[in-house]
Amino acid sequence: MMDRELKNLEFQSRIDRDEKIEAKDWMPEEYRKTLIRQIGQHAHSEIVGMLPEGNWITRAPSLRRKAILLSKVQDEAGHGLYLYSAAETLGIERDTMIEELHSGKAKYSSIFNYPTISWADMGAIGWLVDGAAIVNQVALCRTSYGPYSRSMVKICKEESFHQRQGFEIMLQLCKGSSEQKAMAQDALNRWWWPSLMMFGPSDKDSPNTAQSMAWRVKRFTNDELRQKFVDMTVPQAEILGITIPDEKLKWNDEKGQYDFGEINWEEFYSVVKGNGPCNKQRIHARKKAHEEGQWVRDAALAHAEKRSKKIA
Amino acid sequence: MSLKNYTLFLADTSLILGQRLGEWCGHGPVLEQDIALTNIALDYVGRARLLYQYVSELDANGKSEDNYAMMREEREFKNLLLVEHPNIDFGFTVARQFLIDAFFVPYLEELSKSKNERLSHIADKALKESQYHLRWSSEWMIRLGDGTEESHKRIQSAVNSLWEFSGELFSPVPYEKEMLLEGIAPDVENILTRWNQSVNSVFSEATIIKPKDSWFQKGGKEGVHTEHLGYILSDMQYLQRTYPGQDW
Ligand SMILES: [Fe+2]
Ligand SMILES: [Fe+2]
Repeated sequence: MMDRELKNLEFQSRIDRDEKIEAKDWMPEEYRKTLIRQIGQHAHSEIVGMLPEGNWITRAPSLRRKAILLSKVQDEAGHGLYLYSAAETLGIERDTMIEELHSGKAKYSSIFNYPTISWADMGAIGWLVDGAAIVNQVALCRTSYGPYSRSMVKICKEESFHQRQGFEIMLQLCKGSSEQKAMAQDALNRWWWPSLMMFGPSDKDSPNTAQSMAWRVKRFTNDELRQKFVDMTVPQAEILGITIPDEKLKWNDEKGQYDFGEINWEEFYSVVKGNGPCNKQRIHARKKAHEEGQWVRDAALAHAEKRSKKIA
Repeated sequence: MSLKNYTLFLADTSLILGQRLGEWCGHGPVLEQDIALTNIALDYVGRARLLYQYVSELDANGKSEDNYAMMREEREFKNLLLVEHPNIDFGFTVARQFLIDAFFVPYLEELSKSKNERLSHIADKALKESQYHLRWSSEWMIRLGDGTEESHKRIQSAVNSLWEFSGELFSPVPYEKEMLLEGIAPDVENILTRWNQSVNSVFSEATIIKPKDSWFQKGGKEGVHTEHLGYILSDMQYLQRTYPGQDW
């Protein structure tokens, strides 16, 4: 047997024993690449995700909401930092990942290509988008790569806080005036389907799932996670008293879960390809911040060099 | 009335600076500094809330903190002109922050000895934040001043532009003078000496030339603002103005 095959077998049996793989351990190149892609994508989603919510910081309707929103968006920056560091343990630099985001080579969650056009969108994003993120991330807390799994544990705690705050915004609106309730319903109408799309293509169209499952990078399939999200969210919408925009949504007693309608996959692939309402604006904003920050980063570097020369 | 106006001056200054800093969130030059700027924004919004809550108790008319933040007009806002200045770039933001931090650290130290217990409490808490802010902004003044040729040029020009707004920090209006006499507000004369010490030492390490004192803008504390404030308020107050009297 060839050396490489032996190593691969050993690696797989470590995975099967549920051992965590650490940065210095041997791993198949494909495993490394898959993780770099996935963690990078995840980190970029945190950072791009700051933009749609950042859009409402100056307009938050109360000082309390402003403070909560500021610290929420700041948490997402922190998540981005943890995740970039986790990816760096696999031998890629943050700068390289950022370049890949800006050039379009790396992807981020398509949900952030939708616009935030009312205050209720801050509620809907916290409730649905952070809610969907939790379902994904709770599963990832047990992912096979140690540094990724540990950063997920930290992140999950904050995400559930975000989800509760989002729900609370929705609840306040739904208890409020008819205008406020309409605002909440409209936000649900716009964010529901994109939230379901966050779990990715349906299993039959997801060619990488099998390998990722075998490596325990993923622990559940896209469709399994999507189902979990729907089952968790429908009762919450009932508490709010607003209607999920899906005529086919119905409790299935036999399966013990909700049936729901078909996702518009054409829209999904179109937004992934770059044709969503805000794809260009989001990348433009990230590039602009990065380019306008160049002189600041250069100055910090130059100053640090001067200082170390003085000390030496 | 003077106590209320004085507290509003502190509250409005905190809120408008928090609002300006909040504009950076998601757009910082590097992730770590995005987080730092948001931290400072959060401290100022928090400070504003405590101060408005106190104003509302003084008024005793059932108004909430948000009434003061969201339902007053330009002429009623008493913030320093310096804090309504646009962010322009990271250099301007750092310079504005440094000028104000170098002021607030000694100012809050004094205010924490105020005869007014409530203000003294708030100052005590805010002081710890401002000491941290001052460390952050001083370090960046030095990095940018003594960094590259471009960063030096940018931070120097930011200092030059903002300088005319620094005089307002030290020219008390009637309600401040009254508060000073009552042992509530600090004496800005003493603050000025300490402010100059910070400014001189940081500028010298940053190789920034201190602009000559010639003429200073003022009016903010008495509600006469730059053209920027109207835009800040129309943005900040939009929801409360569009749907008055609702809970969010
Ligand atoms: Fe996050
Ligand atoms: Fe989140």
